[in-house]
Amino acid sequence: MDVSQSQSLAVKARQLRDDVIQTIGTFGVGHIGGAMSVMDALTVIYYSKANIDPKNPRKQDRDRIVMSKGHAGPAMYAVLADLGYFPKEWLSTLNKNGTNLPSHCDMNKTPGIDMTAGSLGQGLSAAVGMAMAAKLDKNPATIYCFIGDGEAQEGQIWEASMLAGSRKLDNLIVLLDYNKMQLDGKVSDINDIYPVVDKWKAFGFFVQDIDGHDLDAISAAIDNAKGSGKANMIILNTVKGKGASFAESAANCHSMTITEDMWRKETGRFEG
Amino acid sequence: MTTDEREIRQALAKALTELADKDERIVVLDADLMSCHATKCFKEAHPDRFFNVGIAEQNMIGVAAGMATMGKIPFAYSFAPFATRRCYDQIFISVAYSGLNVKIIGSEPGVAAEANGGTHMPFEDMAIMRAIPKMICFEPTDATMMEKALPQIVDSKSAVYVRMFRKKAAKVYDETLDFKLGKAIELKEGNDVTLIASGIMVERALDAAELLASEGISAAVVNMHTWKPIDVEAVKKAAKTGAIVTCENHNIYGGLGSAVAEVASRECPVPIQMVGINDEFGQVGKNAYLSEVYHITTADVVSAAKKAVSMKK
Repeated sequence: MDVSQSQSLAVKARQLRDDVIQTIGTFGVGHIGGAMSVMDALTVIYYSKANIDPKNPRKQDRDRIVMSKGHAGPAMYAVLADLGYFPKEWLSTLNKNGTNLPSHCDMNKTPGIDMTAGSLGQGLSAAVGMAMAAKLDKNPATIYCFIGDGEAQEGQIWEASMLAGSRKLDNLIVLLDYNKMQLDGKVSDINDIYPVVDKWKAFGFFVQDIDGHDLDAISAAIDNAKGSGKANMIILNTVKGKGASFAESAANCHSMTITEDMWRKETGRFEG
Repeated sequence: MTTDEREIRQALAKALTELADKDERIVVLDADLMSCHATKCFKEAHPDRFFNVGIAEQNMIGVAAGMATMGKIPFAYSFAPFATRRCYDQIFISVAYSGLNVKIIGSEPGVAAEANGGTHMPFEDMAIMRAIPKMICFEPTDATMMEKALPQIVDSKSAVYVRMFRKKAAKVYDETLDFKLGKAIELKEGNDVTLIASGIMVERALDAAELLASEGISAAVVNMHTWKPIDVEAVKKAAKTGAIVTCENHNIYGGLGSAVAEVASRECPVPIQMVGINDEFGQVGKNAYLSEVYHITTADVVSAAKKAVSMKK
């Protein structure tokens, strides 16, 4: 990735973060922390890597992007709206009656969502199934799947990882949002998933351990993953709430109240 | 009634293999029970479309859902408790809520689990699957019915649960069977009471009807193979005989009896007796022994029918 692309992605990631802050702020409460921490990787994938077409969201050879940590739905919605999968005005309907944008990703409500998620651990199994079906069909699709670190406490994550590793699903790129926090506190205090690199290596993955807010590192890791010959894990070392100052400084920002004053001040969007 | 020459599992595996010759969407998943489900023929014919995912049912259902998003029609097999109870949330969210076309085959229902005992003996599988919105719940009676149902199961866009007795069942049907998923089959006409049965209880209901006839009670027999969506018209017609007995190899809490009563109480209230497992866990034992222990024998159907008739106004 050259310098200008890296810079433009950084601008895009900032704009998308502001969109998420405004989206959740407009509703008043939501899962801000985990939406902020995945935003850099989401930006790299959607704006520089993925084979997708917003005008043809169901095209068969598209790359799939599964947000298994389904509560990061608002991050997906900011991206999908920006790319034109649906009108940007939808963002202000988040979680409101009759909306197409629920808290957790829903493939039947939101154009561009490849898999429903919300019951943790399940998206990764679906991503593994997608990768297996793609191989069967000689479909060139890459399957990206975001999982949370708290989510990795679910047994299903390890069932799915065992199968992906054992079948060498090199068309699967799993991204662990390793922000070290879960709803009730620190992952390490509650049920520690460390050492994550060793764990996924032991499951047969090609593991890369990177700064999840370094756009160049994310881009390089995805390039390295393709052609690894193994199922891929990219550990994104992230900060929960990254890029929303009120969230980053909060003791726990898994889900929090965001007032109009807070989101306007944070985004600098005082019009409209 | 004669025993079928073919096992239901063999009939399903063979029919599935043949359908898959023409339909590339069909894939089979199993959680290390291939030899119990006779699916080796599928594996041999379509090795790239058979996936033993190991002993991990929750993952199997999720993998099947992911494959369905790619346009596949996955058939996911396990013993009935592990195909339903073990992975219920995965079926609920990744399959049903997501609107994905996954077919789930649960084998050895109820007392058919025999020597595998209480841990493997589901009396609740249809109850919990029936509670999932839009889930089609089907229990074949014999090999012929399973074969006739299969193309309809494949064509249905919805998730389907098949509660499959694996081995040789009583042969109730021959090639002339006119089968439609969701449409009950009247096996015998009658005026005094209607026996509504499913699975292995169909044979017992037919036998019970003969015994009742010898005592002057005219019993109709209906095979309610599809518990959901239930055939409302068939229940209404049954109610015209003035009394109903439901017969199931399943807990009466949430099972066929409940499904029939849900319709009858709204549409056509009549006395209903329920022959089935009454809030019990399973245990090891032969089918015949367990059927006596849990009161699901032909004699139990006969006495339930008499009681139902006596309650008529």
